[in-house]
Amino acid sequence: MRPSFHEEIPMDVSSTETPDHPVAGLAPHSGSAQRPRPGSAPLPSPRAPLGGPVRPSGPTDEQPGTAEALPALPMIAPEPEPDPDALPEDRYHRSTGRVADQLFRLGTGTCAAMVAALILVVILFMVKGSIPAFKDHGLGAILSPAWDPTNQKYGALTFLFGTAYTSLIGMAIALPLGVLTAVALVEILPKGPAKAISLAVELLAAIPSVLLGLWGIFELVPLVRRFEISIYKSPFGLRRLPIFGGAPLGVGFLAAGLLLAIMALPFILSVTREVLLQVPRSQREAAYALGATRWQAIRRFILPYSWKGIFGAGLLGLARVLGETMAVTMVIGNTPQIKASLFASGYTLASVIANEFTEAPSDLAISALISLGLILLLLSVTLNAAARIMLFYLNRSQGVPQGAK
Amino acid sequence: MTPRSIARTALFALLLAPAAFAQITSLSGAGGTFIYPLASKWFNEYNKVHPQIQINYQSIGSGGGIRQFSVEQTVDFGETDGPMSDQQLRESKVQPVYHFPMALGGVVPVYNLPGVQLRFSGPTLAGIFLGEIAMWDDAAIVKDNPGVKLPAQPITVVHRADGSGTTYTWVDFLSKVSAEWQKKVGVGTSVTWPVGLGGKGNEGVSGMVKQTPGSIGYVELIYALQTKLEHAPVQNATGEFLNASLASVSAAAATARIPADYRVSITNAPGKGAYPISTFTWVLATPSMKDAAKKKALHDFLIWAVTKGQDYSEGLGYAPLPKSVVQMELKDIAKMK
Repeated sequence: MRPSFHEEIPMDVSSTETPDHPVAGLAPHSGSAQRPRPGSAPLPSPRAPLGGPVRPSGPTDEQPGTAEALPALPMIAPEPEPDPDALPEDRYHRSTGRVADQLFRLGTGTCAAMVAALILVVILFMVKGSIPAFKDHGLGAILSPAWDPTNQKYGALTFLFGTAYTSLIGMAIALPLGVLTAVALVEILPKGPAKAISLAVELLAAIPSVLLGLWGIFELVPLVRRFEISIYKSPFGLRRLPIFGGAPLGVGFLAAGLLLAIMALPFILSVTREVLLQVPRSQREAAYALGATRWQAIRRFILPYSWKGIFGAGLLGLARVLGETMAVTMVIGNTPQIKASLFASGYTLASVIANEFTEAPSDLAISALISLGLILLLLSVTLNAAARIMLFYLNRSQGVPQGAK
Repeated sequence: MTPRSIARTALFALLLAPAAFAQITSLSGAGGTFIYPLASKWFNEYNKVHPQIQINYQSIGSGGGIRQFSVEQTVDFGETDGPMSDQQLRESKVQPVYHFPMALGGVVPVYNLPGVQLRFSGPTLAGIFLGEIAMWDDAAIVKDNPGVKLPAQPITVVHRADGSGTTYTWVDFLSKVSAEWQKKVGVGTSVTWPVGLGGKGNEGVSGMVKQTPGSIGYVELIYALQTKLEHAPVQNATGEFLNASLASVSAAAATARIPADYRVSITNAPGKGAYPISTFTWVLATPSMKDAAKKKALHDFLIWAVTKGQDYSEGLGYAPLPKSVVQMELKDIAKMK
């Protein structure tokens, strides 16, 4: 029974995907014909606006008003936005004069170029700044675990580990929590409470991280310590597990990961919620019409349809988590060491830069700190690229229904 | 007012403005955060007496102060909690560089062991921060505190995570009282700590100490005084256990032997009544300033700061410079003329 869902509904969807579909009801969407793409295009085209709907693969035809596009890997939290494709083409051409049009194009183009230039300038600064450190140390030493400013040794490995480990903990908590909450908000809860909850979570995003860090020191860390002590004293010898080893101090990877989860949550939640809201009604209705329970509908129809957007939400959360500085610095213990234990204290790339920059003892130290920044950037780019490549292959393997792409 | 009269007034003001501005000499400085509250009080008070002189100070950290003054040459004077090293002096683009002590600070141990009053000797502190003394009932702590009942509880060390002059003074003291510390860790604004957790800033360290039972850390004396943090007495070179106070910190400067260039660490000072973890904070200046007006202004201000300016120290929690040091400095500041 279920496999047939998979085949039928997407087929129905893909039939409307041909760009030159001459259905009169599609007129408001005809803007999408301007950037036709092969139905199987796995990645957003570079011309597609960030955070904007880039997939014209709208499966609905009965409801012109339904926003049908999925945001593909948005880099900033998109507000619920009206479908730009809904602007009728003829109005677009006639309403303004050619000069204004040209000016507008020039203006927006300049803005875009400036943003690109800004990124280049920052990268250039980091590369230039880290050259002395790379020259002095060589690549091997940069990746060593030794961090000893008094003896001019600046290895990045402990910080790289700290950043990766805390991010992993943060994402492992925030991603399921965010996605499940979003499902509840969109599919299960009544409108009132759902709205209240999403408002509260969005407020969470507005709390400055230094404040969250303070709250972390005074509230979260004692709580974590109590948990750690209970593990430490637990009769089953849990403390002998490597992830629970060490003294129960409260500060460390776990506390930092929890704070990061709190920070990533609003981003993951609001993007996922938007993505779920974009799932066409027909998809839901079809599921229920075929006798699916709510759980089946969510698992088989709604989540598969939007998983790519959820992936984007995860990437966005990850970006937030990787670079977070203040709050992590306040609760991680700032000890450059590599330990598997959740309870151990550690150090992250961003924290060490913030901590040591003002009193850096030498030019080499400053260069080493800048090189840590470069490593952080590379880490973030690598993760992003890896995620996109994974997405590409997942898409190709046809494991998901067409509409879910 | 008619438009015409407004225009006339505006023109008049415009003509006058350059004349008014011409008399103002502005000096800029950058350096440590430790001196900032006292320095801004000084600049304020000095400006009241000498309205034609304006002094701007950016508290960007000692390392930044040294760099901006000696390498980038973007400021008229620098400020630092630790003296410039020989290498930094050699590499300085400004020659010669003078160090002038401006005020004194101390660093104190703070701990979280409710109901227990403790005091520490230098080697004990070094042992704790090396991780060799790991329990509160260790024999070394018992020896420093005869008659005190100590719990068999592990010690958690808390240190500064950010590079800082406070750390410099603390580890400078530890390396003077422990050869092992000197060999294994050394001295610097940030070092590789053998054990412990890092807190950001004085408030980060004191917050972590307050939150962690059985912990010990160190903070600036001013911070401890302002936040009424209880701090432990430390044994000085003559064997006395002394609580840090403005008087005992000043005594450290009075009993230390001061070299001609003032680049001296006064930790573990030899005299009676001297608190052992004390330090100067220095202004960096050079007589080779090109602008004569600025040079004179800086000279006059420095003279004022080590004399009248010292009256403001105690009120803000800084230990004033001892008379002997002021006398010595007055002669040397005169070289700036």
